[in-house]
Amino acid sequence: MRVTYRFGPFLDTPVDQVGLEERAARFTKRSIKKDAKVAGLRLAVAICDLTTLEGKDTEGKVRQLCAKAIRPGSGAPSVAAVCVYPNLVPVAREALRGSGVKVAAVATAFPSGQFPLELRLEDVRQTVASGADEIDMVINRRAFLEGDYAAVRDEIEAVKDACGPAHLKVILETGEIGSYDSVRRASFLAMEAGADFIKTSTGKVHPAATMPVTLAMLEAIRDFHWDTGREVGMKPAGGIRTAKEALHYLVMVKESLGEAWLTPRLFRFGASALLNDLLLQLHKEATGRYQSRNDVSLD
Amino acid sequence: MPSTEAAWTYAPAPEGRDIVKLRQSYGLFIDGQFVEPTDGGRFVTENPATEEPLAEVAQATAADVDRAIAAARAAFPAWSGLPDLERGKFLFRLARLIQERARELAVLESLDGGKPIRESRDVDVPLAAAHFFYYAGWADKLGEAFPGRDPRPLGVAAQVIPWNFPLLMAVWKLAPALATGNTCVLKPAETTPLTALLLAELVQDAGIPPGVVNILTGDGTTGAALVSHEGVDKVAFTGSTEVGKRIMQTAKTRHLTLELGGKAANIVFEDAPLDQAVEGVVNGIYFNQGHVCCAGSRLLVQESVAELFVRKLAHRIESLIVGDPLDKNTDIGAINSRAQLTKIQELCASGEEEGCVRHESGAALPERGHWFRPTFFTEVAQTHRIAREEIFGPVLAVMTFRTPEEAVEKANNTVYGLSAGVWTDKGSKIFKTLGKLRAGVVWANTFNKFDPSAPFGGMQESGFGREGGRHGLAPYLSLGGEA
Repeated sequence: MRVTYRFGPFLDTPVDQVGLEERAARFTKRSIKKDAKVAGLRLAVAICDLTTLEGKDTEGKVRQLCAKAIRPGSGAPSVAAVCVYPNLVPVAREALRGSGVKVAAVATAFPSGQFPLELRLEDVRQTVASGADEIDMVINRRAFLEGDYAAVRDEIEAVKDACGPAHLKVILETGEIGSYDSVRRASFLAMEAGADFIKTSTGKVHPAATMPVTLAMLEAIRDFHWDTGREVGMKPAGGIRTAKEALHYLVMVKESLGEAWLTPRLFRFGASALLNDLLLQLHKEATGRYQSRNDVSLD
Repeated sequence: MPSTEAAWTYAPAPEGRDIVKLRQSYGLFIDGQFVEPTDGGRFVTENPATEEPLAEVAQATAADVDRAIAAARAAFPAWSGLPDLERGKFLFRLARLIQERARELAVLESLDGGKPIRESRDVDVPLAAAHFFYYAGWADKLGEAFPGRDPRPLGVAAQVIPWNFPLLMAVWKLAPALATGNTCVLKPAETTPLTALLLAELVQDAGIPPGVVNILTGDGTTGAALVSHEGVDKVAFTGSTEVGKRIMQTAKTRHLTLELGGKAANIVFEDAPLDQAVEGVVNGIYFNQGHVCCAGSRLLVQESVAELFVRKLAHRIESLIVGDPLDKNTDIGAINSRAQLTKIQELCASGEEEGCVRHESGAALPERGHWFRPTFFTEVAQTHRIAREEIFGPVLAVMTFRTPEEAVEKANNTVYGLSAGVWTDKGSKIFKTLGKLRAGVVWANTFNKFDPSAPFGGMQESGFGREGGRHGLAPYLSLGGEA
């Protein structure tokens, strides 16, 4: 079954793997020094969705993480959001009250999504009702891989309805859908269906976020914006662990979409280990010395 | 203050230039030594990014050309008589020396020529080393390269190179000539002599016997004296079509290789991967400030996607950073000389006069030095000068087509024939189109990719003869024993 685009056939342009990967590699050649580095590191902190998504998550763990999200240390700003499983939303809501840090939650039978639609929608409704500002959903990869693109889009629309006022991030799980062409197609399906953000990965599948996958999505966002005037956000998630990588991603966003996207409203990192490396690097830029691992909190 | 409010711009990241130890004055490299020119003439080579003088170099006279050719002639019997494997060892040594001094060569190349350090570091110098490695390997396999033939060196090769890839072009000329047992007299371009002179030092360090490689600096008169000399057995020239035609009339040998101008078409079909095609078009015309003979200086884009493609292109050129060639973030460096800048400006003015629409990036330019913003023209017709003449600058002429046949016809509608590119996701269309294009080098879904093993050269007024690959050996050999 072929998807029909509302916005003209040339947004469904193919993606050349070799060319895309070469272009993505070029961004890593930019040299980010001094003031630009400090500003980039601070920005990277401010756009983090600090995440814990484990079966062993507890109230205590989430409260500690929220404390860090509000005051990361090294003079860094608060992060954008804390991302948790639905059961822990009330805990995060309480811990983050008044801080400006958003509560994000994964829903729709994360990470597989292999539950009946009605259960997935109920998951979303309950999670929003318990205080989530943002919902990270997964697309139906079964339907996508079976070629039933209309079903993928209809489901995202239904989830968007269930979100009410909450912002919707749509996870494509790019590590499971095959090619960059599929990534671009899924990006358009999600954006047409009302996604506020598109997101690479659950973090539970490898590979998770990569620079070429993110670039393919950024270019889809740009084309969609040109076509409709609507700004959709981007969230690479999983696998971004070092400050250096984070700066490469920021360069990529700046040069593909423009500086307007360098804001928590439109760009997020889904990460857990990244924050500490950002803090170490910020401290090093401020003092000229590297801290030891124990100078930052392990949460 | 939230860090997200201020614009995020990159701080300067200049590559240090201390690694380069410039001499105040350079002599000619003849018979293994740096010597004074016979009449003591000198000229200044400047940094095109600052217009500051870098060093004085010698102006070789006709008498110096005689001296150099005599030295090359005297060195020829011993050099060509070496066991092939031994000759190969010298080339391997040169390749390793280039790698060892890669940073120095890259910085010097950017200082003297204005190209971004990212390119001299990541393209010019590594390719130069790779070229010597590649031809070093052929030195003892000439029999296998031409089975059933009797390959022998021609003798003394006169080689004249341009200013756009000074080191790389020197290596493209020297490596196959030396591997096949010839001796060389090389003249670098007037505005970019310094890396060739540093290469001369590496030739000394490699222990290559005196006279095998001679390097004469000078202007066009030196080049003219060299290529029309009675004493040379081979002439190899890379440069303008105008000079190439003159060389054809004045050269005393029939062994000629000419690599001349170009006006390559990049054909983008509606089923192309458009974002990657934009990258390829950008790389095709803005690489090395467009000072590239095989630059994709004409864009032929299918009408159905032209509007979208032009919008993507206009968006893309805004992120190209123009400025200090030594800054690691620079994408477009300085125009090589005042004269070249004037030529680019003149052709762009003609484009506007003829009714084409000019688009250029909003990049801020430094106050001193020779600069030109990445530029493209739309509303260009085949008849306009900017669609027909080689601009040799960061200026693209955008035209449209309706059918594949029209694309091929327009692409071939040029006096040149050096390179071409095709962009489509359909494999069959790639082969069908490329087969009809009259160009020596063709790329599919990529552009400006170079490798020592790939032959390079033109058709029609873009010249003849091939450099690179096994094909690049033949122009330096008499093959005898016709197969």
